[in-house]
Amino acid sequence: MSNVPHHISRQFDNELETIRSDVLAMGGLAEQQFSDALEALIRFDVSLAEQVIENEVKVNSCEVSIDEECVTLLARRQPAAGDLRFVMAVIKTITDLERIGDEADKIARMTINLAEKSVPRSNYIGINTMGVFVRDMVRDALNAFARMDSQEALVTAGKEPESDEQYAALLRQLITYMMEDPRNISSFMDAVWVARALERIADHARNICEYVIYFVEGKDVRHISIEQMEDEVRGG
Amino acid sequence: MNDQTDTDKAAPGTHAVNLSALTGHMGKLSLADERPCINVNGLNLHYGEKQALKDITMVVPEKKATAFIGPSGCGKSTLLRCFNRMNDLIDNVHTSGEIRIGGENIFANSVNVAELRRKVGMVFQKPNPFPKSIYENVAYGLRIQGINRRQTLDAVVEKALKSAALWDEVKDRLDDNALGLSGGQAQRLVIARAIAIEPEILLLDEPCSALDPISTLKVEELIYQLKADYTIVIVTHNMQQAARVSDYTAYMYLGELIEFNDTDTLFTNPGEKMTEDYITGRYG
Repeated sequence: MSNVPHHISRQFDNELETIRSDVLAMGGLAEQQFSDALEALIRFDVSLAEQVIENEVKVNSCEVSIDEECVTLLARRQPAAGDLRFVMAVIKTITDLERIGDEADKIARMTINLAEKSVPRSNYIGINTMGVFVRDMVRDALNAFARMDSQEALVTAGKEPESDEQYAALLRQLITYMMEDPRNISSFMDAVWVARALERIADHARNICEYVIYFVEGKDVRHISIEQMEDEVRGG
Repeated sequence: MNDQTDTDKAAPGTHAVNLSALTGHMGKLSLADERPCINVNGLNLHYGEKQALKDITMVVPEKKATAFIGPSGCGKSTLLRCFNRMNDLIDNVHTSGEIRIGGENIFANSVNVAELRRKVGMVFQKPNPFPKSIYENVAYGLRIQGINRRQTLDAVVEKALKSAALWDEVKDRLDDNALGLSGGQAQRLVIARAIAIEPEILLLDEPCSALDPISTLKVEELIYQLKADYTIVIVTHNMQQAARVSDYTAYMYLGELIEFNDTDTLFTNPGEKMTEDYITGRYG
């Protein structure tokens, strides 16, 4: 918000800035949780997975406290135009961040399950690749939010369909494994849930990008194709 | 549920949602869909040497509430006062361009100004009831038109006071002096007086700035009711009020019309940076 002139009320500026930095802190936390969950999965690191599960409440409490800050700001300042769009974007963004936290928690729980079942790690190479791809998407979405950069948001949102393709490919791969080795279906199912969680996280990252575009451009780009989104943003 | 429609029954166990009603509610207003009431075309106004309005061109839509907002001295009250030629009462005012109401240029020599002001009523910042009874305040406009039949007056006074949402509060004391009313009641009385003569347009110049919050809300509710029958133009310093009551909002700055759009768009996604800075409190 540094590219716009200050409010006459400096206190209002401070309140918006506090919310912004709190969202970034929450984003950092959600990103870390996801990253740790992924790391735990790849290394079958049960203690790291347990730590992720333990930290999940922190993401939840961030959501509650930022929500409260937004409600107070709405009540006291009655923001309009860009300020209003900013608050709306924040309220929606933190919901998606909280859900990224939930998905990280799920991945951590699956990791503990999988570790107990001692499934060969080589079966999860595809998940690893998709995990890194989605982790980069989350990081880029948060960078777009931090900089309020609609172009970066557009590019990042544009990667989401690829995560769907990776998910479909992973499913095919896992189904093949299940057919080859029916005794291990339950652990492959856990892997399916992990892949599903990654796919959902990519959706949340795209949602965050859409809120950035809404704030910056004043355009609602939800529920449309990436091509239509590009037209909306580049069409000015 | 006895009042279920056939469509409701067709989908047992689900909440029947009328999507067309939903989108109808969410549908945005657009100036292009409105019938014009006041056409302003290339309007300039000078107070002596000083230009107060600069080349204003706009269409005020019929039977909608249109708000003018902008910082002090931006010309919004001056523009409002043009609509019933109140500026004629000020010395050294020169106007050019035209304002058409019902197709007729109100600056034309042939225009009967008294008739124009009957058609275009006005309510000011401070409630200004006459030092007469409540009844006579409302009946005043009809009396000067020569209407004195008690039955007619009774009917008009009751209707106007009801329209102004004041009837229930004053019906038992219509003969009391209007100066005894509270500020909010007095302002609604003045609105009743303005609508008693059945104008087409109601101009409100900061109608709530001297009122407490409850009276303000009553007047705002009244504006909402009145726009079914009248074209309302309101000047306000209170941006939240403009956001609450108006369908369309015009932002003015230093005598120029900067942006005129439906209120939803203007307050959520204004097209001009100057408008954005003003409504978000960055002006200054």
